[in-house]
Amino acid sequence: MPLISEKELKASYDVIIVGSGAGGGQSAYTLTMNGVKVLLLEAGRNYDPLTETAMFQTPSAAPLRGISLEDKPFGFYDATVDGGWQVPDEPYTNASTEAENKFWWWRARMLGGRTNHWGRISLRNGPYDFKPYSRDGLGVDWPMSYQDVAPYYDKVEMLIGVYGSNEGLENTPDSSEGCLLPPPKARAGELYIKKHVAKLGIPVIPIHRAILSVKQDADNIPAKLHPGNPRAQGILAEAMRQRAACFWATDCGRGCSIKANYQSTTVHLPPAMATGNLDILPNAMARAVTLDAQGKANGVSFIDKVTGREITAKARVVILAASSAESARILLNSKSAKFPDGLANSSGEVGKNIMDTVGASLGGQVPAFENLPVHNEDGAGDHVYVPWWLYKEQKAGKLDFARGYHIEFATGRRMPNVGVAGPAKPGYGKAFKEDLRRTYGSFIGFSGRGEMIPNKDSFCDLDPSVKDKWGIPVLRFHWKFSEHELKQALHMHQTFARMIEAIGGKVGGKPATDGAKAIKPGGFIIHEVGGAIMGADRKRSVTNQWNQCWDVPNLLINDGAPFCSNADKNPTLTIMALAWRACDHLIEEMRQGNL
Amino acid sequence: MTPSENPVRQMPRRIALKWLAAAAAGMALAGRLDLAMAQVPTKSGKPIGTDPVLNKDYKPGELWPLLMSPAQRRAAAALADLIIPPEEGGLKPSQLAVHEFIDEWISSPYDQTAKDRPVILAGLDFLDAEAQQRHQAVFAELNAAQQGGIADAICGATPATPAYRPQVRFFDRFRHLAAGGYYTTPQGMLELGYVGNRPTATFDGPTPEALKHLGLA
Ligand SMILES: Cc1cc2nc3c(=O)[nH]c(=O)nc-3n(C[C@H](O)[C@H](O)[C@H](O)COP(=O)(O)OP(=O)(O)OC[C@H]3O[C@@H](n4cnc5c(N)ncnc54)[C@H](O)[C@@H]3O)c2cc1C
Ligand code: SF4
Repeated sequence: MPLISEKELKASYDVIIVGSGAGGGQSAYTLTMNGVKVLLLEAGRNYDPLTETAMFQTPSAAPLRGISLEDKPFGFYDATVDGGWQVPDEPYTNASTEAENKFWWWRARMLGGRTNHWGRISLRNGPYDFKPYSRDGLGVDWPMSYQDVAPYYDKVEMLIGVYGSNEGLENTPDSSEGCLLPPPKARAGELYIKKHVAKLGIPVIPIHRAILSVKQDADNIPAKLHPGNPRAQGILAEAMRQRAACFWATDCGRGCSIKANYQSTTVHLPPAMATGNLDILPNAMARAVTLDAQGKANGVSFIDKVTGREITAKARVVILAASSAESARILLNSKSAKFPDGLANSSGEVGKNIMDTVGASLGGQVPAFENLPVHNEDGAGDHVYVPWWLYKEQKAGKLDFARGYHIEFATGRRMPNVGVAGPAKPGYGKAFKEDLRRTYGSFIGFSGRGEMIPNKDSFCDLDPSVKDKWGIPVLRFHWKFSEHELKQALHMHQTFARMIEAIGGKVGGKPATDGAKAIKPGGFIIHEVGGAIMGADRKRSVTNQWNQCWDVPNLLINDGAPFCSNADKNPTLTIMALAWRACDHLIEEMRQGNL
Repeated sequence: MTPSENPVRQMPRRIALKWLAAAAAGMALAGRLDLAMAQVPTKSGKPIGTDPVLNKDYKPGELWPLLMSPAQRRAAAALADLIIPPEEGGLKPSQLAVHEFIDEWISSPYDQTAKDRPVILAGLDFLDAEAQQRHQAVFAELNAAQQGGIADAICGATPATPAYRPQVRFFDRFRHLAAGGYYTTPQGMLELGYVGNRPTATFDGPTPEALKHLGLA
């Protein structure tokens, strides 16, 4: 993509967006398609999935067979640039040295952010998920309902392309007619599990993922998404035609050079660029939002990482979409006489209420899967999952934790990796080879992904002394799971053990008897949200329902920071739906001269 | 704030899943890793970094120097070929440079892999010393039965006698790496029964034979 350099910055823009991931990409798309002039500041380098993705490389072409390493933590080919649990030059700290009180912060510094390597699981929050407090008295309600957001789920699904099915299950919303692409068939192991866990009352249904199982309908969708805007329709139709359908062969985590899955860099940014309304400046690390004399946002000061100089860009409106915790950091670092505790923080809620997803995993080996007749099972990542199925039991008080989880699972004859000999019997030669052939593809793993309730012990603030390479104070995390999460993680382990037994498998290791042993550390599932929650009451929230800061109405936060809760449904589809909704509202406010 | 020492946590979720799955058969993989982690060798060469070029082929030795001596490499090639004998018409692991991968692994600037260095190098030296003692030749020059005699003493299939016990761990780690190196090559993948990584217009799901095998037809 032809991006600009710092010298080509215009004197002023309508809107500056900080960050080019899911939230920033969606914001840039919606605004530029409606004629708004946008500058997008991205801390990472330019990144081109069309030329940089290692699609068909096997591990044997990678250093060390492509294993996870500290500088490439999700493997060599994973599409993460300058990122991971640590980012060069950009430390963060934890207030506690205890493992269970530490937060792990995964970041990426590249155009498109984490959307280049995310898992593409795209589940809608349901009606209960927007009103958790009303339902069980815990956490916080969102200031709007599922019905308010549903049209935007429809739009995002149609735009990015999501496969899946409508199953009519409780709090697992159906999409409107024509939104979803057909789901891929289930694999052999997935079908087997579905059949055998049915007796436990556990449903296995097609998952929703942001992948083009077939090409998008470029003739009809653009008019649905941009009624009355022929230019936007034309640009989108062309962008959709540039995307191929999935060819069911390569690991989506590496990114997709044929644009068959959603990455901001292949789906949001190309049409936004085609409008001519978007300038993207990479290597631009935002430090703070700048204000005018009235206390309104009027720009962003950032470090040009190429020259090390600090520069200020000007705009009528600023949108932060730097990822939830980073947006909170920018607010906390935007201190002024008017906002001594950080910008938009009169409620004191900036940095509070950070949430991740509860995660726990258990694996096993299934004799029935041994010696399965050879066939190609690549497909595209997960094809099925288990949605939370115990809403009624939970409501009736039969469970000792308040919120649900869904189950993702891996089966199948996937591309072998370096750990292939792990489970084999001692020996060598023909017998060893036979042992590996027999058991290859017979291993399964279940992962629970559950809702965490916000709590007062899980938050971030600025570290009083540590600064990044550019002298910007860094975040310090404070973390604690409550009993709800620990008990939920324990329930996951117990359930997975029952499922593995139900399919005649052998559980690997021992299921935990203590949730604290089962649960993954905070941040580990990389679904962090919160830190600037929305609300109806400006004293208890940072933004309104349109991601607009109460204290600074021309400042929006279009990533996961405004989330009031973190349902078991992975957050990114909701980030995009809310960003689109916020931008529609913003455009209207700008048209009316309110901003 | 380096992530915890638990190796599973260092892995991506999908790889961690595979790892957990691999550990699932009740074998002591975790124990083996812990054992191996006791060694902290010195680093050599530069790590890969956070932004390497991804879509090119890398060869062992390209990013950091390889540390095995010529004699150790010959022994490594021979042992890899013994552990994974070729199928009819197939290439041997050594012809697929599997021993070079093992050299790359133990020579790397990462503690995570270089912790195998002392175990593997000492083990390779042992092979030649043992071969000399038994047959007055280096391991690579022995015939299959002679090589097998040494391997049998240390492969762990039957309890090793005290004299050979220190080498059981070497054999296990070497086998782990040889299989990992071999079955991640296109030839090895096919042999295992992995037939993917090929674009197809549609995903057709399991074959009728696979469904039948599972009682789902
Ligand atoms: C391996 C993995 C799997 C995942 N799987 C799923 C899944 O299946 N489903 C799901 O819903 N979610 C998944 N997620 C989470 C998903 O990636 C995030 O929810 C999503 O990317 C968040 O979007 P964002 O725009 O807030 O942040 P990001 O996508 O992280 O984008 C933020 C961008 O802002 C830039 N930035 C940061 N700070 C600054 C600054 N100061 N100045 C300028 N730019 C800045 C960053 O460089 C980055 O490009 C996964 C994440 C990972 C890592
Ligand atoms: S599986 Fe499909 S969507 Fe995923 S990377 Fe491969 S071609 Fe692209």
